[in-house]
Amino acid sequence: MKTWNKIKSWPLFLPVVALILVMAVNIIYDAATGSNPLSFFMISLRNTTTSGTILYGRIIDIINRGSEVAILAIGMTLVVSASAGTDISVGSVMSLCASFMCMMLAGYGVSSTTTLAVPLGIGLLCAIVMGLVCGAFNGTLVAHLSIQPMVATLILYSAARAIGLLLCNDLIVYVRNPSFAYIGAFTGPVPTPIIITAVCIIVVSLVLKKTALGMYIQSVGINAKASRIAGLNSRLLIFLAYMLCGLFAAIAGIVASSRITSADSNNIGLYLEMDAILSVALGGNSLGGGKFNLAGSIIGAYTIQAITTTLYALGVSSIQAPVFKAVIVILIVVIEAPPFKAFLRKQSAARAAAKGVRA
Amino acid sequence: MSKKADSKKSINSNTMLLLITIALFIVLYAGGCIAYGSKGFTHFQTFLNILITNAGLICVACGMTCVMLTGGIDISVGALIAMDCMLLAVGMQKGIGAVPMIILVLLIGIVFGIFQGFLVGYLEIQPFIVSMAGMFFCRGMTAVICTDQVSITQEISPTFYAWANAKVIVPFGGYTNNKGKYMAPYVRPGVVVALIVLIAIFLILRYTKFGRSLYAVGGSESSAAMMGLNVKLIKMKAYMLSSFLCSIGGICYCLNTMAGSVSQATGLEMDAISSAVIGGTLLTGGVGNVIGSFFGVLINGTISSIVKTNGKLASSWPNILTAALLFIFIVIQSLFAVLRSRQTGKR
Amino acid sequence: MEENVVLTARGISMTFPGVKALDGVDLTLRKGEIHALMGENGAGKSTLIKCLTGINDFEAGEIRIDGIDGPVKNHSTRDAQNVGISTVYQEVNLCPNLSVAENLFIGREPLTKLHTIDRKSYNKRSQKIMDELGISVDVTQNLENYSLAIQQMVAIARAVDMECKVLILDEPTSSLDDDEVEKLFVLMRGLREKGVSILFVTHFLEQVYAVCDRITVLRNGGFVGEYPISELPRVKLVAAMMGKDLDDLAEIKKEQKDFSKEPMEISAKGLSHAGTVKPFDLDIHKGEVVGIGGLLGSGRSELARCIYGADKAQTGTLEVNGKQVKINQPIDAMNKGMGMLPDDRKAEGIIADLSVRENIILALQAKRGMFRQLSRAQQEEIADRYIELVQIKTASKETLIKQLSGGNQQKVILARWLATDPDFLILDEPTRGIDIGTKSEIQKLIVKLAGEGKSVLFISSEIEEMLRTCNRMVIMRDGQKVGELDHELSQESVMKAIAGGEA
Repeated sequence: MKTWNKIKSWPLFLPVVALILVMAVNIIYDAATGSNPLSFFMISLRNTTTSGTILYGRIIDIINRGSEVAILAIGMTLVVSASAGTDISVGSVMSLCASFMCMMLAGYGVSSTTTLAVPLGIGLLCAIVMGLVCGAFNGTLVAHLSIQPMVATLILYSAARAIGLLLCNDLIVYVRNPSFAYIGAFTGPVPTPIIITAVCIIVVSLVLKKTALGMYIQSVGINAKASRIAGLNSRLLIFLAYMLCGLFAAIAGIVASSRITSADSNNIGLYLEMDAILSVALGGNSLGGGKFNLAGSIIGAYTIQAITTTLYALGVSSIQAPVFKAVIVILIVVIEAPPFKAFLRKQSAARAAAKGVRA
Repeated sequence: MSKKADSKKSINSNTMLLLITIALFIVLYAGGCIAYGSKGFTHFQTFLNILITNAGLICVACGMTCVMLTGGIDISVGALIAMDCMLLAVGMQKGIGAVPMIILVLLIGIVFGIFQGFLVGYLEIQPFIVSMAGMFFCRGMTAVICTDQVSITQEISPTFYAWANAKVIVPFGGYTNNKGKYMAPYVRPGVVVALIVLIAIFLILRYTKFGRSLYAVGGSESSAAMMGLNVKLIKMKAYMLSSFLCSIGGICYCLNTMAGSVSQATGLEMDAISSAVIGGTLLTGGVGNVIGSFFGVLINGTISSIVKTNGKLASSWPNILTAALLFIFIVIQSLFAVLRSRQTGKR
Repeated sequence: MEENVVLTARGISMTFPGVKALDGVDLTLRKGEIHALMGENGAGKSTLIKCLTGINDFEAGEIRIDGIDGPVKNHSTRDAQNVGISTVYQEVNLCPNLSVAENLFIGREPLTKLHTIDRKSYNKRSQKIMDELGISVDVTQNLENYSLAIQQMVAIARAVDMECKVLILDEPTSSLDDDEVEKLFVLMRGLREKGVSILFVTHFLEQVYAVCDRITVLRNGGFVGEYPISELPRVKLVAAMMGKDLDDLAEIKKEQKDFSKEPMEISAKGLSHAGTVKPFDLDIHKGEVVGIGGLLGSGRSELARCIYGADKAQTGTLEVNGKQVKINQPIDAMNKGMGMLPDDRKAEGIIADLSVRENIILALQAKRGMFRQLSRAQQEEIADRYIELVQIKTASKETLIKQLSGGNQQKVILARWLATDPDFLILDEPTRGIDIGTKSEIQKLIVKLAGEGKSVLFISSEIEEMLRTCNRMVIMRDGQKVGELDHELSQESVMKAIAGGEA
C-alpha cells in the first residue's frame, strides 16, 4: 500500500499510466485482429523511392507526427505555469507563421512555386519573427494589461488564421522546393521533425537546469505580487513565457507547413491548441499555474498523438476523433479535480471504517 | 457627501461601456448607410436582415452573458449548434416530425448543460477546459451522427420548411420600390423567438433571485457562498441555461441554413463571446447585461453586412475586424479597471 | 441542556492531514453574552469556528443548539444560518459589484406576488437598517464605492439582520480604526441587550476586556478552559494562551543613542505617490530603528512601499549611502541593499506552493539574476543556516511553506531577506496575526540587526512594540508625515501625535 502511494505521488504517474494504457489498447487490438501483438513496437528500416532508407514503424510514426504537439507543449507548459492560463492562439499562430513564411518564399499572390523568391533562411526567420510578434502581443495583453490569458489569446485565436489567409490572398500557397520540404522529411533515416523536436526539448531543458528561469516562472505563477516584492520582474517573466510560446508555435508551424510543402491557412494547426493544452494537463501539470513538469508535458504530447494514431487505426475518422479526445479530457480533469479526490477519500475512509466495525 | 459623488462616477464607467457600444453601432451603421446607400443599405429591411441572420447568435449571446456573469465561459456553443442542426436534419430525414425533434434538441441542450455545469460547479474544473471538451464532443458527435451535409427540404419536413419561410410583417418602415410596389419589411419567426429570449433573460437577470445570484457569484464566489448562496447549483444552472438557450439558438440557426453539416457554426462561440464583451460584460464576471450583448451582436452583424455589401473584401475581414473590436474593448475594460482601482486606492 | 445556554459544543475533534487541529474542544455560549475565543495562532480558533459554521467537517464530538433536538451538524454556511449562526469574517465577505441593499438581502430577498424581487421594499428596509446602525450610506450604490470599514459594517448589519441567535465575529476589527471599533462595540453591546450571543475572536487584548463577559481559551488545538472575565486578568490570560509565563518582553529595550553622527543610510526628499502619500522627507542613519506611527490608512505602509519601489514614487529623490538612486521596482531597491517584508503575508509574502528552501533563497536568487543560479548545495546550505538562525519550525526544508503556521511563514520571509544581507530592512507589520512567543523573537531580532549596523524601518499597529524597539518614530496622518519623535518616546506622546489636534 505504501509503495503504491509512493508510485502514485510520482509526478510522471499520470502521463506514464496513460501512455501504457494506450499501448495496451494497441496490443489488444493487434492481437484481436490476428496481427503480431507487438507490431506496435516494431521498428524497421525500409527503402523508399522518395526518401531512401528510412525508419519505419508505428512508434516512429507517432513520435514523428507528435512533433508539433510536443513543440507546442513546451511553450504551453511555461505559459500555464507563469500565468495560470492557457494560450489558445497557438494553433492559429502556427497557421499565420506558416502562411507568412510561404508567402515570403513564394512571393505575394503566387499560389505555387518550385523556386524560392527569398533564401530559405529569410523565410524561416520571417516565421520565427511572426511567432515572436504574436507572442509579444499576447504577452503584453496578459502581463501588462492584466487581461485573463484565455481571453487575451482569444483575439489572435480568431484573427491570426484570418490574417494568414489575407497574406496568402485567400490561396493555398504551395512551395514545392526540396530544401524547404527537407524540414518535414528525413535526415538520413530519421524524420527531421523528430530531430527538431529533440533539439527544442534539449535546449529548453538545459536552460531550465542551468538558470533560475524555472523557479522564477513557477514563483510568478504561484504568487506574482509576492514574487515582485522579492525582486522578480513578474510582468517581464509572464511576457517572456508568452514570447517563448509564440516562438515554439512558429517552429511548429514551420514543421507542419514543410510536411505538406504548403501553407494551408485553414487547416494548419487546427485544434492543435487543444492537443497542446491536453498534453500539459495529461502531463500532471495543474492548469491553475505554478509548479510545472516539462517531461510530463512531453510524454503527454506523445500520448495524445498515440491516442490519435490509435483511433485512426481503429477506424475512427479524423472528424469523429474529437469525441474520444473530449471523453479523455473529461476523465483526466475529473480524476484530478480536488472535489472528486476528496469524494474518493471519503469513500475509502467509510469503507475502512466499515471494515473496522466488522472486524 | 464626497463619497456619493465618487460613486456616481464609477457607476457610470459600466454604463459608459454600454453607451460606447451603442454609439459604436450607430456610427458603424451610419457609416454603412453613407458608403453603401446606393446598394440598399439605408433600407429598414437591411437592418432586419441583420436580425434575421443573427437570430441564433442573439440567443447564444444571451446564454453566454449569463455564464460570463458568473465569471465563466462556454466555448462549446458553436459545436452544440452544429450538433443540433445535424440532429434536426437527420431526425426529420428519418421521418420524425419537426415538433418532437425540436423538443428532443432542447432536452439534449438541457442535459448537456447540466453535465457541463456539474463539472464546473460541483467538480470545480475550469470552465474553459470543460467547455473545450464539450466543444470537441459535440463537433465529433455531429460527425458520428452523419458526416455528410444533410439538407432539410420541403419534402422532408413541410412544417419546418413553412416556418423557415414564414414572414412576420413589420407594420412600419417599408418603402415603395421603383416599380411602384410597396415592399413591406419583414422578419423571420427566428427573430421573434430571439427577441422573446432577449427580453426574458433581461427580466430574469434584473428581477429574479436566480438572476441576482449570478451577479453575486461573479462578484465574489467565496462571499456568495458565505452569504448562504448555493454557488455550485447556481453555476450549474448558468451552464444549463447557456446550453438551453444555445439549443433554441440552434433551432433559429437551422431555420436559416435548413441544413446540418459538421463544419457548421465554427467560430460562433467567438462571435458570442465578442458580442458579450463588446456589450460591456466583464470577463471577470459580475458586470454586464444582455442589452449590451444584443448590441454587440448587432455590431458584429453590421460588420459582416458591410463586408458582404462591398463584395470585394476578402472573406476573412469580418473575423479580423471582430477580433480587432474585441481587442479594443478588452483594452478599454482593463483601463477602466485600472482607473477604478486607482479611485478606490486599492493596490 | 443548562438554562440560558444557546449553543454547546462538546469534545469537538478534527484532523488535517498530519495535524490534529482540534482535540476535544468544548464551547458553551449563553444567551445575551459576548464570549471571547482566545488562543495563539494555530490554537484552533478558526478551525473551531469553521466547524460551527459547517465549512469544516469535524470527526468527533457534537454541537447542540437551543430549541433543536439532537446534535446539529452543519454542512454549509446556509445550514448554519438556518439554525441561527451567522458569521462575519476578517476579510469582508460581500459582493463588491452589488449594491449595499442587495448585499444585505441577497439569498433572502423579499418577493413580489410574481415571485420577482421587490427592489423597492428591500431598498427601503436596507436604508432603515443602516440608518438605525448610524452608518451613513446610500444603499443603492455599489458596495465597491465604500471604504473597507463601511463594508465591514455592512457585513455585520447583514449578519445582525438575519435574526441570528449566535453571531460569530472572526477578527472583525483588524481593518477598522479606533472610532470604527468603538462603533462596532456599541453595536455589539446593543445586540447583547437583545439577547444575541456573540462569539468574538480578536488578537487585541484590550478589546476583550472592553466588551467581553467570558473567555474560552484554546491552545494547540486543545481546550484550556472557560473563564468569566473577572477571574482572568491579562497576565493570566496570556499565560493560559501560551502555556507558560510570558517571556519578559520589557527586557527588549534599546539603549538610547545619538544617531545624528552616524552615516546616513537612507535619505528621501519629497517622495510621493499619487493618492496614497504626500511628499515626505525621511532620513535614516546606519544602525537606527525608525518606527512609523499612524492609523491604518494614514499612509504608513505606502510610505515604506514608496521608498522600496513597490509603488513607484512619482516625485522626489532618494539617496542611499549618500548617492542618489532611481528606483522603479523592488529589484532596483534590493540592488541598493534594501529588503521589505510586506504587511500582507499571504498576498505579497509567501510563494505558497514552493518549499521553505525555495522561499528562503528566492530574493537572493533574484538579486543574483537568472543566469547565475545558486547550486542545489548552496541553496540547501543557506536554507539550513536560516532555519536554524530564526528557528523556523518545519518538518524539513522541502516542506511547502503553505503547510507552516502563520508565525513560521513570517519567519521564512524574514529569513528570505536576511539571506540577502540587506543594509536597510523595511518590516511592515511583521508581528501581525502571529503568536506572542514569535512576536518577542522578531522584536529581539530587530534589535539584534540594528546592533549589527543595519537600519530598520518598522511599522506596527502596536505602539508598545515600537516603543520597545525604535530609536525614533515618524508619525503619519492622512498620507502626510506630520512629525518625528526621537526622545521621550512614550505611549502617551506617540498617541497624542498620531491623534493630532493639539495645534
